[in-house]
Amino acid sequence: MRAPLLVFDAVTLGYDRRPAVVRLSGEVAPGSLLAVVGPNGTGKSTLLKGIVGELSPMDGEIRLVDARNSLTPSSPSTPSNPSDPATPIAYLSQTPGFDVDFPISVHDFAAMGLWREFGAFRAFSRAAKERLAEAIVTVGLGGLEKRLIGELSGGQLQRARFARLILEDAPLIVLDEPYNAIDEATIADLAALVRRWNAEGRTVISALHNLAHVRKEYPRALLLARELVADGPTEAVLTEEKLALARERMRVGAC
Amino acid sequence: MRRALAACLALSLGAAPVGVFLMLRRMSLAADAISHAILPGAAVAYLASGLSLSTMTFGGMVAGIAVALLAGGVARHSVIREDTSFAAFYLISLSAGVVLISARGGNVDLLHVLFGSVLALDDAALILLAAFATISVAALALGLRLLVFECCDPAYLARVSRLGPLAHYGFMTLVVVNLVGGFHALGTLMAVGVVILPAASARFWVDSVPSLLVAAAALAFAGSTGGLLLSFYFGLPAGPAIVLTLGAVYLFSMLVGPRGPIFR
Repeated sequence: MRAPLLVFDAVTLGYDRRPAVVRLSGEVAPGSLLAVVGPNGTGKSTLLKGIVGELSPMDGEIRLVDARNSLTPSSPSTPSNPSDPATPIAYLSQTPGFDVDFPISVHDFAAMGLWREFGAFRAFSRAAKERLAEAIVTVGLGGLEKRLIGELSGGQLQRARFARLILEDAPLIVLDEPYNAIDEATIADLAALVRRWNAEGRTVISALHNLAHVRKEYPRALLLARELVADGPTEAVLTEEKLALARERMRVGAC
Repeated sequence: MRRALAACLALSLGAAPVGVFLMLRRMSLAADAISHAILPGAAVAYLASGLSLSTMTFGGMVAGIAVALLAGGVARHSVIREDTSFAAFYLISLSAGVVLISARGGNVDLLHVLFGSVLALDDAALILLAAFATISVAALALGLRLLVFECCDPAYLARVSRLGPLAHYGFMTLVVVNLVGGFHALGTLMAVGVVILPAASARFWVDSVPSLLVAAAALAFAGSTGGLLLSFYFGLPAGPAIVLTLGAVYLFSMLVGPRGPIFR
C-alpha cells in the first residue's frame, strides 16, 4: 500500500470543549474515494473541518502528507505554488457561507478558484482563461457565464461552486453534503464529476447522508457515531448491523 | 466656487466607490458611526491648535481608526453584535465631540465642524482632498480583485489566502481617509452622504461591481455639483444642500431605475 495521504491519530474534535468526534484513528490512502457517513449530529462536518484545518484538534492530530506529487502524470495538474508547503485542499462547505445577493457573475465567481495560482494582482494567463471557460462548461453552466449568482437556482449555484473547485486543481477534495436540497439531474452531473476527479488520481472525501448514493458511488466508507464505528470497503461498513450500532450509540449519547 | 467644485470632484471620485464596497459589505451604518467618531478627534485637535487643517485631519484620522478597530474588535470578541457596537461608540463620540467643541469655541465653530465649509476651502484643504481621492482610487484599483473576493466570500478567501485581514483593515482605513476628507468639506454630519447615497443610487441602475464604481462616482459628482449650485443661487448651507441633492438622486433612481421597486 502507498503511504497514506491523511492520518487520523486518536483525534478529538469539537466546539467549546464539547467533543463531536472522539479519538478517531485511521488512514486515507491517496486516490481514495471515501464517504463519511453516520446519523445526524455524529460529527461528519466536524471531521471534515478538522481535515481542511478550519478546526484544530482538541486532542490527537490529523497529519496531512504532501500530496502534490500523488496525481497521475496524465492529469493536467501543475503544482500551484511550490513555495507553499501545505497540500492544497479544495473544500466545499455545507452551507455556501457567502452572500448570494452579491453582484458577481458566474464567470468571476468561478475565477476565485484560480486565486492560489494568480493571487491578487497577476493577470490570468491564456491557459488559465481556457481552463476557466472549460470548467464552467464542464459543470453545465455554459452560456450562463454572465449570469449573476443571485439569479441561479439552487442546483445551478452548486454547479458554480463545483466549477470553482475544479479550478483549484487540488489533489485532495473535501465535500460536505454536496447534494443537500439539490435536484436529481444536478446530482447525476456532479457525481460524474467526482468520478472524473477520482480517475485523475485525486482523493475525494465526502460527507453524505444518502446511503444508496454512497453504495453506488463510493468504494470506501467511514461510519461515524461520534466515535469510529467502522472503516473499510463500503459493503462491509454499511451493513444493517453496523448502522444499527451507530444509531444506538447516538441515542445513548444524546441526552 | 471653483474650489468647491474641484472639492466635489475629488470627494466623488474617492468616497463614492468606497461607499459601493461598504454597501456590498452591508456596512453602510458603520460608515455613519465612523464619521461621527471623527468629531471628538478633530475637536481635541481644535482645542489644541484651533482651526488647523493638519492637526484636525490627524486627530480625525486617529479617532476614526480607533473607533473602527474598537467597535469591530468588541463585536468580534463578545456577545455584542457589530451594529450595536458601532452605535454605542458613535453616540459616545458624537456627544464627547460636541461637548469638547462647545467647551471652548463658539457656535460658529461648532457649525463649521458639524456641517463643513465647502465654499470656504483654501488651497491646502483642496490639495488634501485631492491627495485623499488619489490614494483612494489607486488603492481600490490595485486591490480590486482582493476586495471583491473578500466582500463576496470571506470564508473562502481565508482558506486560500492570508490577505483577508489586510483587505479588511486596509479598506477600513480607506473609509476613514475618505470620511476625514468629507469632513473638511461637508462636516461630520454630512460627510457620510457622499459615501452612501451615490452607491445606493447606483445599485438601482447597474449590477456589476466595476459599473457600480463608475456609476456611483458619476452620480456623486452630478449630485454634489447640483447641490453646490442650489446652495450658491439660493443661499442654502452648502453641505446639507449637496447631501439633499444626492438624496433626491437616490429617490429618483429608486423610482425610475430598472432595479428599483417599481420597474423590477
